[in-house]
Amino acid sequence: MSFLLFQASVVIYLLSAAAYLVFFLTKKTAVRRIGRGIFLAAFVTHTVNILTRYLETGHTPIISHHETISFFAWSLGCCYLSFRWRYTVKNLGIFVSTLVVVLMLIAAFSSREMFPLAPALQSWWLPVHASITLIADGFLALACIGGIMYLLQEREIKSKRFGLFYSRLPSLESLDKLNQHCLSVGFPLFTLGLITGSLWAKQAWGAYWHWDPKETWSLVTWFLYAAAVHQRFTVGWRGRRVAILSIIAFISVLFTLWGVSFLLKGVHTYVS
Amino acid sequence: MSRDTIVLLGVNHKTTPLAVREKLALSAGYEEPLHALGQVEGLREYYLLSTCNRVEVLFTCRDVELSKTRVLELLFANRVPKEELDRHIYQYTNAEAVEHLFLVAASLDSMIIGEAQILGQLKEAYRQAAKCGSSGFVLNKLLHKSFSVAKRVRTETRIGASAVSISYAAVEMARKIFGDLAGKKAMLVGAGEMAELAAEHLVGQGIAEVVVANRTLQRAVNLARCFSGRAVSLEEIIEQLQHVDIIISSTGSPELILRKEDVRPVMRERRNRPLFFIDIAVPRDLDPAINELDNVYLYDIDDLHNVVEMNKSERDKEAIKAQRIIAEEKLKFGKWLLNIESTPTIIQLRNLVENLVRGEVEKSVGRLEGLNGLERQGLEKMVAAITGKMLYHPLQYLKNDHHCISQQDRINTVRNLFQLDNGNGSDDPDAS
Repeated sequence: MSFLLFQASVVIYLLSAAAYLVFFLTKKTAVRRIGRGIFLAAFVTHTVNILTRYLETGHTPIISHHETISFFAWSLGCCYLSFRWRYTVKNLGIFVSTLVVVLMLIAAFSSREMFPLAPALQSWWLPVHASITLIADGFLALACIGGIMYLLQEREIKSKRFGLFYSRLPSLESLDKLNQHCLSVGFPLFTLGLITGSLWAKQAWGAYWHWDPKETWSLVTWFLYAAAVHQRFTVGWRGRRVAILSIIAFISVLFTLWGVSFLLKGVHTYVS
Repeated sequence: MSRDTIVLLGVNHKTTPLAVREKLALSAGYEEPLHALGQVEGLREYYLLSTCNRVEVLFTCRDVELSKTRVLELLFANRVPKEELDRHIYQYTNAEAVEHLFLVAASLDSMIIGEAQILGQLKEAYRQAAKCGSSGFVLNKLLHKSFSVAKRVRTETRIGASAVSISYAAVEMARKIFGDLAGKKAMLVGAGEMAELAAEHLVGQGIAEVVVANRTLQRAVNLARCFSGRAVSLEEIIEQLQHVDIIISSTGSPELILRKEDVRPVMRERRNRPLFFIDIAVPRDLDPAINELDNVYLYDIDDLHNVVEMNKSERDKEAIKAQRIIAEEKLKFGKWLLNIESTPTIIQLRNLVENLVRGEVEKSVGRLEGLNGLERQGLEKMVAAITGKMLYHPLQYLKNDHHCISQQDRINTVRNLFQLDNGNGSDDPDAS
């Protein structure tokens, strides 16, 4: 059942990305409305998919590789919709829906096997820690997307050569605001994720901090974002520099999520 | 050829980059260069036009190449190397020169097609030339004609109405940088007409405050009052940079008024809030290196032109209509020019015939002076009538359009028939 829903949501996300792409190229506002509607439908399907999977496995479905990526995609969609609800950022949809589709495809190609939860991990900290961290990652991903859009737009305005993006991307100010909003929500959530993780570690393994690769990289990532937030809110960095920093920090997030699991082994690995 | 050649030399925004244009601009006014041109041998009539987008000189002369060399040497020699100048400069003669002047006057050759400023600038340039007495019979007629062509284009096409001005482009850029302009502040450096226009657009977009800085404070105060803004002196600009977001600079200063080093420390004070500089002055007021700073954007007049280019296709239709009007007017003026060409012949012919008739009358009645008033008047009338009737057909032949025989051929025919070039005819052809 959950598998069917997953397949459906991948297809619908794909459709919405296609609609957003058509809007991006043709600038027809009617197409944007359609894209938005499809995206919302995909998001709802995806939500139902995660809920059914929860019922089927009997625990929060953020255990396996497939589940994590799928949940990450979901939280990105969630953040996008929450931001979209407050501000309008022209053509953000094409970037977000593309990233969501990529994530969903990666999830689709990883093993969908369901695992029983190891006794050590059976705790209500699991949904709290994992979901907070992944939702934080969603906001940070959005900050990264905003940063990429900022750099694309800024380059055209600065070099005075107006190409594909100038008329299609929103103003620099609104992209910068997107970055600010996502950092100011994503960073506290990320911090909270680290704290809950450490509390859970105390309960499961008896110590707050193990210095296993995943924890270490989380800390590195945290410092990167702390630097970005500090520069942004106290030193007053804006625009290009913060955009670049957000992109670098997000690469570190991705590495923490997967790179560490595949390259460096530790207690934190996904069940596989 | 009995007529002088009309020559137009110039550079404009299409042929010449801003960096060269600003060196060529006659920023010191017209008077001095006009007087200098007066010293050039061979020039009959001349006039000069210098705006931010173009420098043009229009003159009539006999020997085109010689005059061209002399004029260019006089006006531009010590500003730009000769090879570079030759690369950029354009030259039009006669009908082409007329057409170009009409295009300029009608604002079809402008950076922003359809903008109205150029006509004012043209009139001012003509006024200066007229004051110096450097424009004569041909140029007077030509320039007056160009004004009326411009008016015709403006009333018969919608080119002016849909004109997208530099200032509009500047506002569009500002919106790409700042998003919403409400609450932003603008500063005008130099209180020119263009800056005023841009400020008007900005205020229309909900800008919070306009600060005006000008060399003469009175002008700044007056302009600031229009936008219920503040006036500051030129020395305060750097300090003001902390508070404003958009700077429109249009002073006539020959030197840079703001450098990169001036702006860099300001950005720290501003906590990197973006600054948008618009430099519409020629020569430029702002150091181009300012654009290299983070969160600082500098657009000069050529850059804004590119922004304008992006949304101008709609205006092109009106431009075609306007081109047609200009082609028409060019033909009309060409006819007028041809007519002046036949004028000396007509005068000569008239003199010839009149003298012949008068001579014959005198031979038979004795000296006309000896007669009493009434009789004399009668005879004078008769002389005029015979002359008129005799010349009616030859003159029509000269004046009217013939599709198969060119004007020059017709003039030659008449001159041969009446033997005007062999001492026949009493007047010097150049007298006209």
